[in-house]
Amino acid sequence: MTDDELIWRIAGGSGDGIASTSQNFAKALMRSGLDVFTHRHYPSRIRGGHTYTEVRAAPEDVTSRGDGYDFLLALGDSFARNPQEEAYYGKEEIKPLSENLDDLREGGVIVYDSGLIDADEVPKFDQRVEENNWHVFPLDLRGLAREKGREVMRNTAGVGATCAIADIPVEAIEELMTDAMPEKILDPNLEILNEAYEAVLDDYDLSGIEVSCPEGEHEEEQVLVNGSDGIAYGAFDEGCRFISGYPMTPWTEVFTILSKNLPEVGGISEQVEDEIAAASLAIGAAHTGVKAMSGSSGGGFALMSEPLGLAEISETPIVLLEAARAGPSTGMPTKPEQADLEHVLYTSQGDSNRVVFAPADPAEAYDHARKAFQIAYQYQIPSIILYDQKLSGEYRNVPASHFDRDPNPDIGKTLTEDQIAEAPHEPGGKLKRFRHDPEDGVSPRSVPGQKGGRFLASGNEHNEAGHISEDPDNRVAQVNRRTRKLESIREELNEDGLNETYGPEDADYGILAFGSMVGTVEEAVDRLNADGESVKALAVGELAPYPETEVREFIESVDQAMVVEMNSSAQFRGLTQKHLGEYGPKLSSLLKYNGNPFEPAEVVEGFHNTVSGEETTDHQTTFVPAAGD
Amino acid sequence: MSAFSAIGDEREIEQDEYTPGIEPQPTWCPGCGDFGVLKALKGALPEAGRTPDETLTVTGIGCSGKLNSYFNSYGFHTIHGRALPVARAAKLANPGLEVIAAGGDGDGYGIGGNHFMHTARENHDFTYIVFNNEIFGLTKGQTSPTSPKGHKSKTQPHGSAKEPVRPLSLSLTSGASFVARTAAVNPNQAKELIKEAIEHDGFAHIDFLTQCPTWNKDAKQYVPYIDVNENDDYEFDPTNREEAAEMMRETEEALYEGEVLTGKFYVDEDRPSYQQEKRQIGEMPEEPLAERYFDDDYEWERSADMFLDDHK
Repeated sequence: MTDDELIWRIAGGSGDGIASTSQNFAKALMRSGLDVFTHRHYPSRIRGGHTYTEVRAAPEDVTSRGDGYDFLLALGDSFARNPQEEAYYGKEEIKPLSENLDDLREGGVIVYDSGLIDADEVPKFDQRVEENNWHVFPLDLRGLAREKGREVMRNTAGVGATCAIADIPVEAIEELMTDAMPEKILDPNLEILNEAYEAVLDDYDLSGIEVSCPEGEHEEEQVLVNGSDGIAYGAFDEGCRFISGYPMTPWTEVFTILSKNLPEVGGISEQVEDEIAAASLAIGAAHTGVKAMSGSSGGGFALMSEPLGLAEISETPIVLLEAARAGPSTGMPTKPEQADLEHVLYTSQGDSNRVVFAPADPAEAYDHARKAFQIAYQYQIPSIILYDQKLSGEYRNVPASHFDRDPNPDIGKTLTEDQIAEAPHEPGGKLKRFRHDPEDGVSPRSVPGQKGGRFLASGNEHNEAGHISEDPDNRVAQVNRRTRKLESIREELNEDGLNETYGPEDADYGILAFGSMVGTVEEAVDRLNADGESVKALAVGELAPYPETEVREFIESVDQAMVVEMNSSAQFRGLTQKHLGEYGPKLSSLLKYNGNPFEPAEVVEGFHNTVSGEETTDHQTTFVPAAGD
Repeated sequence: MSAFSAIGDEREIEQDEYTPGIEPQPTWCPGCGDFGVLKALKGALPEAGRTPDETLTVTGIGCSGKLNSYFNSYGFHTIHGRALPVARAAKLANPGLEVIAAGGDGDGYGIGGNHFMHTARENHDFTYIVFNNEIFGLTKGQTSPTSPKGHKSKTQPHGSAKEPVRPLSLSLTSGASFVARTAAVNPNQAKELIKEAIEHDGFAHIDFLTQCPTWNKDAKQYVPYIDVNENDDYEFDPTNREEAAEMMRETEEALYEGEVLTGKFYVDEDRPSYQQEKRQIGEMPEEPLAERYFDDDYEWERSADMFLDDHK
């Protein structure tokens, strides 16, 4: 897979248009028939700072970032701090070039903006270029952009140069620009694109460069979407028309998409004073019969703990998102981590009564969002989607047909006024909304405004009509009924197959992963099997209720299994052992918590450690062997 | 046809409809001011023409939070301090509902203070009754945000070093368009003010002085009280923001000097409610959102039709 691919990295400062340029580039390659995958890295800062996005393109399915990359477009950081002096943060002006050299593959290409970056200031630059056989193109991109248009258009100049060097038809970019850009800026951009393209072809001998863009073909129309799009559109198609939130990276991305789109269809978006209010508003809307969602990231989700418990005991159907980032506390706001797993599973007092989904990619994000709403409303329970900064902004191509499905506005077991008239009421006149007897645990509800449906919803333990009750028999009946819902949900989810195995069924070794690491693990499995190893993976998509049967079968079918996750305390392995303790001696751990997601090669190396049983720490990943060895 | 036939029902409403069919036995102590709120609310809603099935009472935690346990309407007994955000969303989702939020002074001015400020600022169209007894009652008598400076309790054994919250002034400054204070010992005024608050289009805040005979014996029974709208000694115009602010300041000072001033302190009939503002900018549907989920003919929009073109 590594031979027939292009991994292009565009680097610059935040606010320099890196994200939009890379997105357009990825879309152009997708339209040309390639599968694409983007990986972004950015600082918690409005302007400036080291930022890059990688676009990986290949004719076959791409499920992960690669190991390193082969084409650098270093654009210069127009908001670099302290440009003239030594500073605590180092010399920021040259960072788009200097910070990206470590991962550049041998024989790779460097295009840098000589108008903004002085390569002489990069330590040992010439030496490294020679040692690694890099092809370097110092181009005055800024100068060209200034001359033909505006300085910000230097991104376009860089893309033009990329096309020339990597053998990408410049028409593909032209077409996309024509679709995406307003007329006023389109002409100068087109001119700059072509000028840069021609200049490289005229001025450089490109023979000997092995980096080039492959060709591919799709069988059907594709769309370029990220995890946040997937979740937002899944919610939308389930009839979610109410969202409440408070801005926090990276959850803000879903909040932004729905805040833009909901009012267009008569939906409501509410930006409120804090996350406690945000989750409470979702409860208030859901209680009134509307399909509602809220969400946040680590610290904001912590504030939702108490309303989450209220939704559990009052059996109010809501969907909450947790877009995890590196913690604790503020941690690293723009870096991915999977260390909020235990937080999401156990936060809020009392026995938890919730469902937790963990989609692996944008297409699954759509599917899980739909399932999360279905489960929440069918079973009157909070559903949580746990994802992370990586999946949130990671673009992949998905067949457009994936989204071509019927909407489902069903709000679950809700009585009509006619049904209310027939339903059991307590002698005081209130509807028995929390009956003890439903076998699947779900007691049909009424909605305020319906005639005869009065009941009391409560955060206190309550009797069948909702009145506060500390009667022991009632308590046991209510707890048991709410717990029965989880059993019903487990059965339903088992049938839906949210957990997927990957690789040869009869493999000797296994890898367990959840959420955004799944794609990387799949690529590692492919490579290992291609190298003669015998490995398969299980991607767990439902974290609560935990899919014990499927995971047991998987672990039993292999000699050893490695659990891969982005945190330092092996939370997913701990969860697995909590449910399947007897398999502890078969489980090893591969951990990473440096702020960057795993590369496939790191998983491959971790696997070799599993086989050899060596404990290693290379400062970037940590391998913990199985206790049984 | 509406799925909520109780909403807008024009029928005659009996005075006792808000009393549950089986009279519950409140856990409130004998002589508690909370009984006064219950009675006033039971009187005000029928007079305002609202039926139990179109009314949603949303309460917080504390003795006050049990209001809807003894009241025959839809109810949501939420968690400490969070009645307001739950109530806000219910009103946005179905504006036809008569939403009444209620809680204590700790609930509303302490733990839920942020929500109070923002709900007033946004001017949501519902009534908020704060049972102000200047004490944490249910947890057995700790100093609360409205307890006077120097108030001694088991958690403030040397007397509180803090000035109390000034609820009326806070409400006005935050943006409430109707601010009143009443007392449990004045049931007729209380009923009239609640009725007026219900009929007001915007956020109507009533600071309701409710004596706690068990844990706040030192506090007066809030008698004698003076109605500032009736008494000739007090001349101010409640539609004038500056005069209202001055009257509130005087009232808040007076309470700690043993003088109980009550009445309607501020009303702004011109300020649009949040619901009106939101509709104005196209962020809220004319038809209640809650109705849509019961409308079998509604054609639900799909992401494939609306958003995918941008991703191609």
